[in-house]
Amino acid sequence: MSAMTEISAGKPIDLSPYHGSIIDCDIHPSPPSIAELLPYFDEYWKEVLTMRGIDRVAVDITAAPPNVPVNSRPDWRPAKGRPGSDLALMQRHVLDGFGSAAGICNCLHVAQIVFGDDLAAAMCTALNKWLAAEWLDRDPRLRASIVVPIQNPQLAAAEIERWAADRRFVQVLLPGTSDMPYGRRYYWPIYAAAARHGLSIGIHAGSSYRNAPTPTGWPSYFLSDYIGFSSIAESQLLSLLSEGVFVEYPNLKVVFIETGFLWYPSFIWRANKTWRGVRAEVPWLKEAPGTLAERHVRFTIQPVDAPPTPDQLERAIDQMGSDRFLLFSSDYPHWHYDGLNPLPAGFPTGLLEKIAVENPTETYPRLQKETAQ
Amino acid sequence: MNVNVTERDTHTPVDLTIVDCDIHPGMAPGELTPFLPKRWQEHMAVYGSFFRNGVKNAPTTHFRMAPDTARADSWPPSGRPPGADLDFMRAQHLDAYGIEYGILIPLRVGPGAQRNLEFGAALASALNDWQLATWIEKEKRFRGSIVVTPDDTEAAVKEIERLAPDRRYVQLHIPPKTDEPLGRKRYWPIFQAAVDHDLPLSCHVGGLSGHPVTGAGWPSFYLEDQHSNVQSMQAMLAGLVLEGAFERFPKLRVVLVEAGFAWVPAFCWRMDKHWERMRDEVPHLKRKPSEYVREHVWFTTQPIDEPNDNAHLAEITEWVGYDRIMFSTDYPHWDFDDPRFAFKGSLSAENREKIFRMNAKVFYGLD
Repeated sequence: MSAMTEISAGKPIDLSPYHGSIIDCDIHPSPPSIAELLPYFDEYWKEVLTMRGIDRVAVDITAAPPNVPVNSRPDWRPAKGRPGSDLALMQRHVLDGFGSAAGICNCLHVAQIVFGDDLAAAMCTALNKWLAAEWLDRDPRLRASIVVPIQNPQLAAAEIERWAADRRFVQVLLPGTSDMPYGRRYYWPIYAAAARHGLSIGIHAGSSYRNAPTPTGWPSYFLSDYIGFSSIAESQLLSLLSEGVFVEYPNLKVVFIETGFLWYPSFIWRANKTWRGVRAEVPWLKEAPGTLAERHVRFTIQPVDAPPTPDQLERAIDQMGSDRFLLFSSDYPHWHYDGLNPLPAGFPTGLLEKIAVENPTETYPRLQKETAQ
Repeated sequence: MNVNVTERDTHTPVDLTIVDCDIHPGMAPGELTPFLPKRWQEHMAVYGSFFRNGVKNAPTTHFRMAPDTARADSWPPSGRPPGADLDFMRAQHLDAYGIEYGILIPLRVGPGAQRNLEFGAALASALNDWQLATWIEKEKRFRGSIVVTPDDTEAAVKEIERLAPDRRYVQLHIPPKTDEPLGRKRYWPIFQAAVDHDLPLSCHVGGLSGHPVTGAGWPSFYLEDQHSNVQSMQAMLAGLVLEGAFERFPKLRVVLVEAGFAWVPAFCWRMDKHWERMRDEVPHLKRKPSEYVREHVWFTTQPIDEPNDNAHLAEITEWVGYDRIMFSTDYPHWDFDDPRFAFKGSLSAENREKIFRMNAKVFYGLD
């Protein structure tokens, strides 16, 4: 990869040449409370949510607790309210700060985790209305992922149809886990709807805790789970590859968001090797998993779980095997770096154009049309 | 500087003396029965294994891609199952590859996965006695593993106390898919016993915890079940580190068997990065997670990682540490690594000697 030969040799990476053109692929508006969402529900749900007191319950998700250090940089915490709840601050901190041409809002919400398919679907519809009204309508740079009731793929596909005409929605957001691995054919109605409308699928780090977050049970600490979200991403990716999702939907892109990416080289070496040994089990896979992944799979860059030295980082990124994988993300307001230097020393500067602009534009077809205008 | 060379140039000569850290002795049906007390013989005949698994007696509900998970050429002419014929194993494996020592890891009957804990403990004892009588006493090159039942800590400690004085057992064997992450306190009496007897802990992939084999739920294919060995080992390693096992037992040594090692550097960088941010949640840790791994954990090679570019394997090996990697074949299983071909790319004579021989000799105290 010749683009990667030039490295930054210990200096902070200068992103200023891309000011005004960066596409930020992961921004988190703070999830609204049910009380805040109430105006966006229909009369039936307003009554039910109020009657059951659901509008008075805190709805934080276990995989992203608001007060833990990783979930907000100290200087990005507002004086009052939740990190990521104030548009003016978000504009100042990242949209203006990085000079983003576009920023994709991924709202992590209990709507995708609660039991009860109809409740989940109603919550997702209200949440998407809220995203459109409170965020997208207020800054033309903002884009969003459609939050879908993964609990029920038919209802999820219906939610995609509801928003497909609004081209500010560029992606369909799935939580880190749900009832089963995401390659399973049960979920294909979601991929069919996304592919039909030129929407990518985003899988955000986390777990819905339908089962233990590790094959060996429940760890004691949030730190363990957060680290393990990369292991979960590996399993989700292998499921998508082996079930044949990318064979069935040859134009579909899947973006792994906030799961890290330096696990990918060793993962794909193993996936390729196992496939060579047992591919009779998955005869629809005519190509090695790694070949499919390069075409269909992308990763947002934050967090960069970087090695101790710039030289190791350069070599580790070279092991990824392609310059197409990485998408710029601030992961606002999560805390992985300080200042406006999200890329650690050693990050190949030859990749910046790909990461900041080219790869996101290729990954999100709806951004292509925008920039072509 | 590492230079790629052709595969033919990288053959390890067959006269190299090798320590194979993962050999699976096989057994014919009923072979274990005489080693069980009468009460459990009857139990075995009537109720059999009782796992957290819907297909009775299957190792998992994902059927394997090869009969008995074995190499096609490992079925002995005697008609016994793969790995169950000592003379054939000598000829096909020990003599053919110049194996100086072979570490036995018996995987049959799944003592650690039995829901009936007393039955599991009886099976573990039987397996350990069978291992000695059938293999180690007949072949000096073998060393054994004390199979223990992690979810019955008391029985596990008793079994360690019973067998540890016989130094032909060189490690404890625990599957990584335990009921709870292996670092948790309920397992600490086992670590105490291991340290007391200076026995390392071997975690060989497998186990039936009852939890889905991935954190994302149950996958469809053996292809995924096989790969889940890596994610379960990641969870197991994170568990040992973050739950504080190495802080509490500074002399504990662990070898992770059959999960490869290419994933280790990136996983350690990730642990370090997020530990730095959230270390106040785990104040019992005094050092970076990667430092505990570097000091306490070894890795076996099989199934060897195969990047397209051999230089990448050399980089990874260097990052893990040439002194922490020990060669293994997984004989007689289908994904066996042939010592002549396993390491693609360059390996200096010194590092080759470490990986194929010396690291294991030091780790296991073999002369």
